[in-house]
This record gives sequence, structure tokens and C-alpha cells, in this order.
Amino acid sequence: MSEATTLPAASPAEAEVERPLRRLVRAYAESRVALFGLALLLVIVLASLLAPWLAPQNPYDLMQLDVLDGRLPPGSASGDGRQTYLLGTDEQGRDMLSAILYGLRISVGVGVVATLLALAIGMALGLAAGYFGGRFDAILMRIADIQLSFPSILVAMILLALFGQGIDKIVIALVAAQWAYYARTTRGAALVERRKEYIEAARLLGLSTLRILFRHLLPNCLPPLIVVAALQVAAAIALEATLSFLGLGLPVTEPSLGLLIANGFQYLYSGRYWISVFPGVALLLTILAINLVADQLRDVLNPRLHGQ
Amino acid sequence: MPLFILRRGLQALNVLFVMSLLVFAGVYAIGNPLDLLVDPNATQEDMARAAASLGLDQPLWVQYGRFLARALQGDLGDSFLHGAPALGLIVERLPATLELAVVAMLVAVLLGIPLGLWAGLRPDSLPGKTIMAGSILGFSLPTFWVGLMLIMVFAVQLGWLPAGGRGPTTDVLGVSTSLLTMEGWRHLLLPAANLALFKLSLIIRLTRSGTREALLQDYVKFARAKGLSNVRVVGVHVLKNILIPIVTVVGLEFGSLIAFSVVTESIFAWPGMGKLLLDSITQLDRPVVVAYLLLVVTLYVVINLTVDLLYAALDPRVRLAGARQ
Repeated sequence: MSEATTLPAASPAEAEVERPLRRLVRAYAESRVALFGLALLLVIVLASLLAPWLAPQNPYDLMQLDVLDGRLPPGSASGDGRQTYLLGTDEQGRDMLSAILYGLRISVGVGVVATLLALAIGMALGLAAGYFGGRFDAILMRIADIQLSFPSILVAMILLALFGQGIDKIVIALVAAQWAYYARTTRGAALVERRKEYIEAARLLGLSTLRILFRHLLPNCLPPLIVVAALQVAAAIALEATLSFLGLGLPVTEPSLGLLIANGFQYLYSGRYWISVFPGVALLLTILAINLVADQLRDVLNPRLHGQ
Repeated sequence: MPLFILRRGLQALNVLFVMSLLVFAGVYAIGNPLDLLVDPNATQEDMARAAASLGLDQPLWVQYGRFLARALQGDLGDSFLHGAPALGLIVERLPATLELAVVAMLVAVLLGIPLGLWAGLRPDSLPGKTIMAGSILGFSLPTFWVGLMLIMVFAVQLGWLPAGGRGPTTDVLGVSTSLLTMEGWRHLLLPAANLALFKLSLIIRLTRSGTREALLQDYVKFARAKGLSNVRVVGVHVLKNILIPIVTVVGLEFGSLIAFSVVTESIFAWPGMGKLLLDSITQLDRPVVVAYLLLVVTLYVVINLTVDLLYAALDPRVRLAGARQ
């Protein structure tokens, strides 16, 4: 602790020697809650990547399910005594732990893919709008404003109502609901950056517009974008879960966490809480971990806090 | 001011026009409604006759013109399932949704402002930190999940409150309400709490940061220097200055409460228009879906417009910035 308190007082020359990445890592590690969030996030990402190898059974291979094991409470042994259902089973005798690991994979996957797509689209549009300005900028921001005045769940519901269900459609709906956040953020940063001297220098060097946009302007617009993207992954996962819970999102063949929760909903009334509660806890921990990491990133990447 | 109202009004009409185009394109141009309406075994001539009688043989822009003309008269088509006008079905369920949204907003405001003030006045105390931690949780928790937990705890485990439905309603001037009976309130409590949670967190955060900023201002220092009591400084000088952003947010968020009520209504089997929308989407009842979307978007645009105008009336800087553009 004493080290942390003396560091800000270090001479400017010393501070400059430290590489930016190391400074970021050190600043991030100052919050124990944020470190916990990062650890939790790593566990969740690993669990969703390795689900097929970690899960005690393949929950969607009907050969491995035993209907006689249906709706067992957490910790019960299976009928043949070969395994223990740590988190209980659903009505078809599916091990909830396995179902959650597979569901996490789908939820996190959809959230990440949708965020990356929305980021790419919003970033490109925002960069162009901020750099070129003019009519393109005015029209694009008008559209973004109008869209942002509606809640994203309404935008997503409209699209899903029109196009129907499916993993591709929910990704489209999530992208459509979120691109405007990135476009706004990028444009805001680009407007500030494009007036700086390095952009003028790049232009005078005769570099192509594309090169200036993506090699010079973009890297300097990244910090706020990273924060927005981190927060929006959590929002995308929550939105997908909500839509799937309502039966508008993923089809039953792609059981994400939201769908698992919906399946267990009816058993809640009879006290069989685990079918819906445990997938919910998994969803919650995912969203919480991402938000903790994003909050700390926001503080670390905020240039206004650096000088202090 | 009249110019400002006119310009914002035109913008609002513009948004509505674009939305109607989008919804029309989506619902009537994607997929052939004939497949849904006409017996698949019908002959070619039957199909052509049906298309002609429904106006589907006309070019798209003619169809859109007719759709628009009918929509302006409040006719958004008949529900495939109920056979009744789609708009009527929705308007019938509007009071239930509004009742839920209004009570939820009241809960959020009446709890959020005092809690936010507390957290803002004593940010480092245990209650202050607990309130903030709670509001972060309120932001992170998905609404539907909180709804399930409320049902599990208060309806299933404790058995204090009903798990769903609206309970008995009384008619007041032709509008049904459950606010007049104890049983009605018991049914309303859980869904309203569920819907309120997100807005409650938002209002707590807004009030807290507003309070913290206001406490550093000269007018607060001056009020204290005058020897005013703490209650008066906070209750009058601080509160007055943080209310403007809160009023704006409350207005703007009211529309999103109606959109989010789809989730709460489906969990608590609340017979509002959100539940109707979900049922209609799953049963491919397109006219009802269109009517819902257009109605909610209209509601939204009207709310946004009202808040903008109110804001301009409250804060002259907004008007001036608008006039300069």
C-alpha cells in the first residue's frame, strides 16, 4: 500500500520511462474488486470455451439422458449410480451443470459475436462521420439519435417480430440495437482527434485517406471504444437472454441461458428452483464479471484521471 | 418558442413516417401475407381474386398509401386470430399496462430520490455504500431474472403475494383499475417492484451524483453560511437543483418502462398489451404486431416531444441552442 501512495509523487521523468501497457496493468490491479471480476471473467470464458470437455455429459445427446433421473434436486446420484448431479436435473433428466456450461457457451458466443460486428460497423461509420463531417455525418447522427431514443429491447423486438427466430436473426437484432452506441462514441473521439497535428502531418505526407482513418485516427479513438464495447457485451448477453426467455430469441435447438431459465420457469411454482435458478446465477455472474472489468477499464483508460 | 415547437413537431412526424414505412415494409413486403390468409390448396384464380380483393396486386407504393390512409383513420387491420380490429384489442389492454408503468415509476421516484440523497450526503457511510452497491446490482440484474426471484421468494416460498394475474378490477369512468381494492394492490406489488428496479437504480445514481455536485456549489455554502438548518439546505436548495435532470429522465424513461413491461407482463401473467404482443408474435398475428409497434412508437414520440418542450420551457438555454442551429 505504501508503494502505491508514493508512486504518484515519482518524478515525471521516471513516469515516462514506464511503458503504457505496464502502467495500465498496474492501474487496473489497484482495485481488488476489479481483479476478482477479471478472474471470474477468465473462469467463465474458459468454461464456455471448454464446455464439451468440462461437462459431465453432453446434455443434448439423448442417449446420455435418462428420463427416470428427471427433476432430481442438486447433489442427487443418478439412477445407475455412476454420476452425481451436482446442480440437479431438468424434466428430461439432463444434468443442469452440463446444460449450463453449454448454455454459457451459446450466450457468451452470441454476445461476443454481436458486439464485435456492431463494433466494426459502428466504428467504421463513426470514423467516417467524424472525419468527413458534412451531410453524411448529419444524416448518420440523426438516425443514431432517433434509434437511441428507443430502448434497445424495443428495437430488437421489432426486428425479431419481423424476421422470426434464429441465431443469425438474433445477432442481426443485437447488432441493429447496438451499432449506434459505437458510431456515436467513435465519432465523438474522431471529432477531437482529427483536429490534432499528427493527422495534419499524415495528410501532408500524402498518405491515403484509408490509411489515415485506420492507422492514425482509429488507434487514438480506441480507449473510449474499448470501454463502451466491454459494457455492451454485458448488455448484449442480457438482452439475448431476455429475448430468448420471452421465446423471441434463440430456437430450442440452441439453448442459451435465457432459454434454460424459461424452461425451468414452470417448475419454480412447485419448488423445483434449481432448473431455473442455477442458469440464472450463471448469467448473473457473467454480467457482473463483465461489468466489474468494464468499470475498472473506464477508470484506467480515462485520460482525465491520468495526470493526477 | 413557437418555431421551436413547430420544428420539434415536424421532426416527430418525420420519425413516425419513417417508422410506418419500416413496419409496412417489414410486415407486408417480407413474406407473402396470402400464404397465411388463403387456403394453400386454392387455385391460381382464387389466389388472384384474393390478392385483388386485399389490394395485394397493386404496386407497393399504392399499397403503402392505402395502409397509411387507413392507419390515419385508426384502422390498422383486423387481428387474424380474434377477428376484431387490432388497434381496439391493444387499446383495451392499455390501462393495465399504464397502471403498472405508473405505479412502477412512482415506486422508483419515491424510493430513489430519498435513497439517492442519503447516498449523496454520506457517500462513505455504510448505508451510503450499501445503497450504491444495491443500485449497481439493480443495473446488472436482468429484469426477467429479478421477476423470477420475486415470484420464488414472495409467492412460492413465503406465500405472501400472488404469483401472477391482475386480480379483481373496478371500473372507473369505463377504465378498469386494480388500484381500488386491497387484492388488486397485492397483485400489483410484485410486478411493479420488478419493473421499478432498473429505474430505481437509475434515479438513485442520478440523485446521488447531483447531490454531491450541488453540495460543492456556492449557493449551498452560502445557505449554510446564512445559518440555515441542514433540513432546509438539503430539502430546498439541493433538491430543487437536482430535480430538473430527474424530471427529464423520469419523462424519457416512462416510454422505456412501457417497452420493458413486455418482460414483466409475461412473467407475472399481467393482462397488458405487452403480453398481447408476445402472444401475437408467437401466433403470427401480424396486424396486432403492427398495431402494437405503431402505437408504442407513437407513444414514444409523443413522450419525447413533451419532455423536449417541457425542458425548453424550464431551461431557456435549450431554446437558444436550438434557435442558433
